[in-house]
Amino acid sequence: MTALLPAAILVAQLMLGLAMACATFRVLRGPRAQDRVLGLDTLYVNGMLLMLTFGMRFGSTHYFEAALVIGLLGFVSTTALAKFLMRGEVIE
Amino acid sequence: MTPLEQLPIWAALPAALLVVVGAAMALIGSVGLLRLRSFYERVHAPTLATSMGMACVLLASMIVFSVLQTRLVLHELLIAFFMIVTTPVTLMLLARAALYRDRTEESDQVPLLSTPSGSPEAEMAAPDGAEAVEER
Repeated sequence: MTALLPAAILVAQLMLGLAMACATFRVLRGPRAQDRVLGLDTLYVNGMLLMLTFGMRFGSTHYFEAALVIGLLGFVSTTALAKFLMRGEVIE
Repeated sequence: MTPLEQLPIWAALPAALLVVVGAAMALIGSVGLLRLRSFYERVHAPTLATSMGMACVLLASMIVFSVLQTRLVLHELLIAFFMIVTTPVTLMLLARAALYRDRTEESDQVPLLSTPSGSPEAEMAAPDGAEAVEER
């Protein structure tokens, strides 16, 4: 059973890829702008989890730093887009 | 071939379970994002991925790296702390922006503020929503 963990990580990566596809679909088809921003936020989180599973698979801690950067950028971009949604209406 | 196969079974079993459960949580959250009907229902779904999914995957990563490097590796706690702090902030900002947009457009999905006439909302909606003002 030495191949248990690589198989589990492969299954997890497939599930995370499917989750990213769902989020991408919501970004493309979201009826309104806030749905697209929410889909983008979910895409960032799923991408971060995918980076962590890649790090486990290859036994390297470099992926951890990439995941940290993705998390930071996701927070900043979602906050900026939410602020824009709020203020763009005021200017109109 | 990979260093993962040298992992003892007592560490591989919980790590495998945690990583699959975490990814399944993220998938359930994203499917909820796809399937739920209104935005205010949808905004709840990705929190499954950011709380439970993230916690499970980070725990599995901590187990794997601690056993592989034969020392305690805790730097995943940095991501956990950061996500726990920032997720409520971003989602509440987004929900407030959506509520503000729906209210300025006089959408029937959200209850209007029960303010007396002459409120700033009515004046804001006046130029393009004349029929909405007449209702008041």
